[in-house]
Amino acid sequence: MSTSQGPGELRPRRVRITSPRTSAARRPTVPTGTREIDEQTRLGEVYMNSLIQSQLRLTLAVIGVTVLVLGSLPLLFWLIPPTRTVAVLGLPLPWVLLGIAIYPVVYVAARIYVRKAERIETEFTEFVGRQ
Amino acid sequence: MSSAMSLTGIGLVIVATIGIGLFGLRISRTTSDFYVASRAVSPRWNASAISGEYLSAASFLGVAGLVLVNGADMLWFSIGYTVGYLMLLVLVAAPLRRSGAYTLPDFAETRFESAVVRRICSGLVVGIGTLYLLPQLHGAGLTVHTVTGAPPDVGAAVVAVIVVINVAAGGMRSITFVQAFQYWLKLTALAAPIFIILIAWRSGDHSIGLLQSLQGAAAEWAEPLSTAGGRDHPLYATYSLLLALCFGTMGLPHVLVRFYTNPDGRAARRTTVVVLALLGMFYLFPPMYAILGRSFAPDLVAGGADTVVLELPSRIFPGTAGDLLGALVAAGAFAAFLSTSSGLTVAIAGVIDQDLLRSRLHRLTGGDYLAVNSFRIAALLAMTVPYLAFRVTGALSLADTVGLAFAVAASTFCPLLVLGIWWRRMSTTGAAAGLIVGGIAASAAALVNVVGAPTAGWPRALVGQPAAWTMPLAFLTVIVVSKLTPDKIPAGTARSMVRLHTPEAVEVDRGPQAFTNLPPSDSTPPRRA
Repeated sequence: MSTSQGPGELRPRRVRITSPRTSAARRPTVPTGTREIDEQTRLGEVYMNSLIQSQLRLTLAVIGVTVLVLGSLPLLFWLIPPTRTVAVLGLPLPWVLLGIAIYPVVYVAARIYVRKAERIETEFTEFVGRQ
Repeated sequence: MSSAMSLTGIGLVIVATIGIGLFGLRISRTTSDFYVASRAVSPRWNASAISGEYLSAASFLGVAGLVLVNGADMLWFSIGYTVGYLMLLVLVAAPLRRSGAYTLPDFAETRFESAVVRRICSGLVVGIGTLYLLPQLHGAGLTVHTVTGAPPDVGAAVVAVIVVINVAAGGMRSITFVQAFQYWLKLTALAAPIFIILIAWRSGDHSIGLLQSLQGAAAEWAEPLSTAGGRDHPLYATYSLLLALCFGTMGLPHVLVRFYTNPDGRAARRTTVVVLALLGMFYLFPPMYAILGRSFAPDLVAGGADTVVLELPSRIFPGTAGDLLGALVAAGAFAAFLSTSSGLTVAIAGVIDQDLLRSRLHRLTGGDYLAVNSFRIAALLAMTVPYLAFRVTGALSLADTVGLAFAVAASTFCPLLVLGIWWRRMSTTGAAAGLIVGGIAASAAALVNVVGAPTAGWPRALVGQPAAWTMPLAFLTVIVVSKLTPDKIPAGTARSMVRLHTPEAVEVDRGPQAFTNLPPSDSTPPRRA
């Protein structure tokens, strides 16, 4: 820190006085994102919210697609009776859809979800670990 | 069906179960081993164990029986059982693991900071567990009765005794191995007869086609929404069932306990994906038994449909081949009762031990007891209640009764977990109110069903498949009461959210119940400049 120097160089010294002030003002940005979260500052709250929000958006997307796909099947059979008996690959359509086809679809959906959820977490970890 | 051969098959399963359980005893040492296998089970083992535990009498016998009687609508049972894990994956899997709690009441207590909410949860765990154990005991009785003609009490008693011995002996560590083994046994037992039938059919000359029951005028039973088997309002029943199964899975006590044994949140997710693959593989087979059963065992449609899986092999192959396959299937069925009952008993015993027994035992003995012994007494108690309930209830449809356990879970623990994990303005009062309202509504419906359901029309549909109204009711109660009591939002909510959602790799303060998987600092290599 600047201490008293010769009285002859007053002007340059005034410039130096601003320099410690800027470093003092910058100090709150030095702690990492994890400390923001630990101390529950406004910024830490924003970090947590963004993590939870993006995970929730992904979750709701998966649930939405599931509801749409599963929910529409009984309606399809209800509204269009021929679909109850039409044969596909030698089996009635409902048996092919409900008995076989649905399982690989669910598995693939789960794989996609896990990849995206882990990517969100990796980005979060890098983001709060940085700085 | 040859009873000697089937009994040998069942006997082998029992011996293997106890043998692997004893092996587990040798490596189970601490209380943490007993509860959660010290949280060190790899995703593959864990996924096999979760699937092995999950595939109960309802899946092994019940689904085929229901499809045989009611046709394609009942395929939704296996879809719901599977999609339940997808919902569990996206909504609760990783946060639940990161909560670091042992049991569901533990989660409730740390999230809502309330002993009252904890006690309600403990009661619900015991209630749902009992409702779920009941059909397992019925299934065991039914199997032994079908195979040997012995009264159903015998099979139920055998399962009850073996489960208590196994759980008391090794706790969670040993049943992890037992259940992983039992998944593969169940899959083999269900798949092998189907493959052998298919192979035999290609080479032989037969009067009845394999898919005959699905073709022509006689195939009306197989159509969806057909009200075959006397079910009213099939569209409502389908949606309500789907809701109960999809959102009830995450609230089943034995499923939750299993997730705590994952090493971390990521492993919990990956485990769930493997579980989805294993379940999907298994559920391809029960409908085939129903299709074949319509042609080869049509008499079972009128009564005893739950035995179709057991009966079919010997109906198609009279003689030794049928007997051998029948023995394999009976062994698989017994594996189903044993694994699910073990998982449920561990979950219920954990709650009884922590919330009822430990403090009393402490007072009684002045602290002079082993924690592990308290768990063993709890395991005995956990099985006693369902066994007494089994003695007083009559014949039940296996899959329907299990469906009711799912409905209660979907109306109580599902709102608690989903809103507790994702909604930071949920209040403690709201949590308690939701559990009570949802719990009373759904268990009332379940009780009416077990005692004697309305015979027709909307009352029967609404009581038979209650989830479509009880689950939204519970969610609504939590939300409305939480909005009315903003001063009862737990003070530590922000810290809880950090604990539930932050990946383990981030070093943050996770609050008092923190649990991290980071290696000790001295094991990290020194960084070079």
